[in-house]
Amino acid sequence: MEAFWIILVGSLIAVSCALLGSYLILRKMAMVGDAISHAVLPGIVIAYLLSGSRETLPMLIGAAILGVLTTVLIELFSKKANLQMDASIGITFTWLFAIGIILISLFAGQVDLDQDCVLYGEIAYVPLDLWITDSGYNLGPRTVWIASGLLLLLLLFIWKGYKGLFITTFNEEFAKALGIGVAFWHYALMGAVSLTTVVSFESVGAILVVAFLIVPPATAYLITNELKKMLFLSSIFGIISAIGGYYLAVLINGSIAGAIASIAGLLFLIVWVITLIRKRQPI
Amino acid sequence: MILGASAAIVGCFSFLRKRALVGDAIAHSILPGVCLAFMVSGSKNPLYLIIGAFITGWLSLLLIDAITRTTKLKSDTAIGIILSVFFGVGILLLTSIQHSGNASQAGLDKFLFGKAASLTKDDVYIFGTIALILIAVVILFYKEFKLISFNPDYAKVIGLPVQFLEFMLATITVLAVAVGIQAVGVVLMAALLITPASGARFWTDKLSVMILIATAFGAISGFLGSYISYIAPSMPTGPWIVMCLSMLTIGSIWFAPRTGMLAKFRVQKENQRKILIENVLKLFYHLGEKDGTFKKQRSTSVLLASRDLRIKELNRGLHLLKKEHWLRKKGDNWLITQSGLNEAKRIIKLHRLWEMYLNQRLKLEPDHVHNDAEAIEHIITPELEKQLEKELNYPTKDPHESVIPYAE
Repeated sequence: MEAFWIILVGSLIAVSCALLGSYLILRKMAMVGDAISHAVLPGIVIAYLLSGSRETLPMLIGAAILGVLTTVLIELFSKKANLQMDASIGITFTWLFAIGIILISLFAGQVDLDQDCVLYGEIAYVPLDLWITDSGYNLGPRTVWIASGLLLLLLLFIWKGYKGLFITTFNEEFAKALGIGVAFWHYALMGAVSLTTVVSFESVGAILVVAFLIVPPATAYLITNELKKMLFLSSIFGIISAIGGYYLAVLINGSIAGAIASIAGLLFLIVWVITLIRKRQPI
Repeated sequence: MILGASAAIVGCFSFLRKRALVGDAIAHSILPGVCLAFMVSGSKNPLYLIIGAFITGWLSLLLIDAITRTTKLKSDTAIGIILSVFFGVGILLLTSIQHSGNASQAGLDKFLFGKAASLTKDDVYIFGTIALILIAVVILFYKEFKLISFNPDYAKVIGLPVQFLEFMLATITVLAVAVGIQAVGVVLMAALLITPASGARFWTDKLSVMILIATAFGAISGFLGSYISYIAPSMPTGPWIVMCLSMLTIGSIWFAPRTGMLAKFRVQKENQRKILIENVLKLFYHLGEKDGTFKKQRSTSVLLASRDLRIKELNRGLHLLKKEHWLRKKGDNWLITQSGLNEAKRIIKLHRLWEMYLNQRLKLEPDHVHNDAEAIEHIITPELEKQLEKELNYPTKDPHESVIPYAE
């Protein structure tokens, strides 16, 4: 049963991340996802200090604010100060992340957040945190519900906003000409990335979210050029990584999140080599 | 301090080669190398660990390169993949080592956050030596590195071994990261490379100066960070170093002369002020031209009616002009002074000369030239003005048959 819950949460998060990550990669914003996933840390810590609990909602809000702030800062540095894009990303997220860690150390006594936990999470604890209603009915692990909720929300977002996202992703000029709010979709997507990061954060940690965000969609992108196929394939790769990762972790007694990332990398490697070989042989 | 300084130097080159985030990827990729080195050697001798770190760091660079070359993925995606996968493997190995119950593993996770204050004497010697080597290499190959950073094609043409130099540069980057990680840890290593270089870039255009400033930033932050961590032992060193660095750099971004954001805002404000003043002056001239006399008083509503201006803007312009003694206020009305009239004539002349130029030399229709002249009249320099006059042979009328006023 425990294995089932862990794999379920892993897959849910993997699919959510894979869907968002596809857009990030196509928008050439892969590293922005990385930056956000690091930069939400101070948001989480501040939310925790203010609310005094590990409730999900304040954390989500805190992180979402920081996530959007990150993108605003990056834009500010790169557009207004003419700094290179990659440099402004690097400055912003390391700075915010440093603030986050300093905050944690400052309030180490009060914060029940551990540096390690923040960084690489512990999905293995998922089954321990059960959501038991007042009447004593066991609804299963709390994280499963949160992760499912997130996935539903994202599916809704992508389904409703498919057109807007599609046009602003592939042809920004055209979208502007049509009067579609490019900035709106940009920030909506960034907000979604921040949300996903926070939800994933408890289970997989701030850094490995990036692996979920980037690697499966990149793998899918090697195979197909079609957005719908890419969304679908990247979800599949995400799920395979989650399942494979769990068993690998059990096998060598290591971190599950790390193992999932390793499997995702392995998948990428395999697909990459196959595409290379196929390129050599003209069909 | 040495760590901060050496990373800053190397960072300048990564920054200029637009490969800032590569440092981040290397930093993450080093983790599995460290773990593997520990598993193989069974000890925490920093030399072994650095060799391990070095190997995987290099591997990550090669892979990023290979991915961007052979697939349609962009380099940032490739960096993201390498970074997260290598780090995932590293975490997997690290936790596996921790769970294996090997007593000597304690402290291996220091690589994640770094703690410069807890380094042993041996560590300090080794890292210090490496940092010095890095600095020496940069000084030795300064010219060559500079060339391949700014103009690799030219470097190739004059017969420099570009590949070898790039290899050297990559090597010292990896080394700098491997060493710097000790101080600030995996995640924040990128800051040590990128942040000082970006900050220094705002102060100068010269590479040598930029390196010096970046180095100073790195050294100051390294010192401050370690000091804070020393007086308040619960404070982590790395984040504080990065904090100091970021503050220095963000300060530079705002306050640097010429290139800083404040300086830019100031220039923008100044230009806006100038354009507003000149437009209001022109307004007086146009009205005077229509009535045949410039000595008539104008009320705000008349002024507003004849040009598309917001009332707040107009009032601001009027008051600014009064300060310049180009306008006088008579009750509720405004009168243009002689010096104001001269200035207005100058602007009108520029406007009409430019229209003339566009019409005659570029063969634009008279009804197409106004908007362009409206923009350029504010920025034509006296030298250009003279040239225009000569070039057009002092015309008396513009394409719209309006008189071009010359100063008496």
